[in-house]
Amino acid sequence: MTDRETHLSIDRLRVVYKTTRGTLEAIRDISLDIREREFVAVLGPSGCGKSTLLNIVSGLLPPSGGSVRMGGQEVSGPRRDVGIVFQAPTLLPWKTVLENVLVPVRTLGLPLETYRPRALDLLRLVGLEGFAQHYPRELSGGMQQRVGIARGLVHDPAVILMDEPFAALDAMTREHMSHELQELWMRERKSILFITHSIPEAVFLADRVVVLGDRPAMVREVVEVPIPRPRRIETMAAPEFAAVANHLRTLFAPVGAGVGAGATARREAAQ
Amino acid sequence: MSGLVERIKDILVPVVAVVAFFVLWDRSIDWFSVPRHLLPRPGDVLTALWNGYVGGRYWIHFFTTLKQMWYGYLIGCSVALILAAMVAEFRMVERVVQPFVVAFQSMPKVALAPLLIVWFGFGMTSKVVLVALICFFPVFINAVTGFKSASADHLRLYRAFNASRLSIFWNVKLPSAAETIFAGLQIAVVLALIGSVVGEFITARHGLGFLIQASTLSFDVATMFAAIISLSVIGVVSTTVIRLIQARVVHWAERNAAAGTATAAAP
Repeated sequence: MTDRETHLSIDRLRVVYKTTRGTLEAIRDISLDIREREFVAVLGPSGCGKSTLLNIVSGLLPPSGGSVRMGGQEVSGPRRDVGIVFQAPTLLPWKTVLENVLVPVRTLGLPLETYRPRALDLLRLVGLEGFAQHYPRELSGGMQQRVGIARGLVHDPAVILMDEPFAALDAMTREHMSHELQELWMRERKSILFITHSIPEAVFLADRVVVLGDRPAMVREVVEVPIPRPRRIETMAAPEFAAVANHLRTLFAPVGAGVGAGATARREAAQ
Repeated sequence: MSGLVERIKDILVPVVAVVAFFVLWDRSIDWFSVPRHLLPRPGDVLTALWNGYVGGRYWIHFFTTLKQMWYGYLIGCSVALILAAMVAEFRMVERVVQPFVVAFQSMPKVALAPLLIVWFGFGMTSKVVLVALICFFPVFINAVTGFKSASADHLRLYRAFNASRLSIFWNVKLPSAAETIFAGLQIAVVLALIGSVVGEFITARHGLGFLIQASTLSFDVATMFAAIISLSVIGVVSTTVIRLIQARVVHWAERNAAAGTATAAAP
């Protein structure tokens, strides 16, 4: 850990909403450090405040307490060294694929002559070579989300935040995309904070999995994933993969559900 | 083979229907002995059109109505778009404008025509103002709705990169509103022609509405019919022009319809 300093540091983060029926605590004391070029997955049930966490880290929402620091600097607003990949592809239907990828470049006022080749290169990396001049409506959901990923990377950010980017895709496309994302990450070597509610996805992709409990969201456990890279689709069948996945399942299983019997695991696998 | 037959039917049947209509019109004047000052023969209308346009007497009326309509339309729509943008962007402008919009929106704008003639005279100006007023509301209401309908995700994307207000408006809000705005522009173009004609009915020296009005004095129904046909030509051409502009500007909506095949062909 000598050459991989802490890149993104979340310290005792708190989010409290004021509602008509009093205050609602959404996030309680989440602390989390992401090292440079580390892939961290945040795993939690739907609606546990994962997206709120991401909004704060991206500077779109101020926290009620605690702090987020990036490279030693406090995050107080949107930053140009952060890339975001949303849950929905969120492409602008009136712009071509290439122009959609270039949205961060144009908005941040970066030089087009350097970033246009990079955008085309990224499109090639996500398998969309030849689609640069197409419009989003001409693309399938998986292809659209690939454009979204290219857009998240185009301005060469140090940290990429991903908010359940594959949640809207079908199961087969999803596995394939996880594999592609790993390859992309191994090439680009960014720090990634990946939010998901899928256990296999988290284990497959992450160096560490941060497990959140819900209402209010807080860190229940941080699980290391000691599986060597590159991981392949077959890795999902390996015993060490199952060990980590099962451990994560026990954390989410209702009390007394008898996880040892594997009932929960089988039920989830069937989904 | 059957495709060709269908296509021939597509062209032939409407033509036959229209010809039959004119023949029936002409014959029924004899059958029911309709007096000439109530219903002209199709041939009389054709003669009136020929004399009017080839002889040149109608052109001044035609262009007066056309100019009034388009000047008023362009002014009304431009003001509507600018004000709508300001209402959508600034809460304060919305608060100021809202009571006036509520008050004027349901009021029939043609009721203002006599007043506008008192204020702006018998000439084109009063009609242009009337047309502009009539065109304003459908475009304004649609544009405000459109600007506000911009997707929260698209806005979040731009805000995450610290985009300026102008950049968000230009890249997100305006394109999001384009389809709704064009729906308003389509409604307004029809209303513009109505406004121009109604204005001429009240007082005017030229215009197709004036021509219709003037013909009542001499029971010259053939000229009335000729003017009405001229108006419907202006109406059809104007709506087509707007539709063509819409197809060019909101091109992504057009592609949407053809997207099915492209998606299916994609790997």
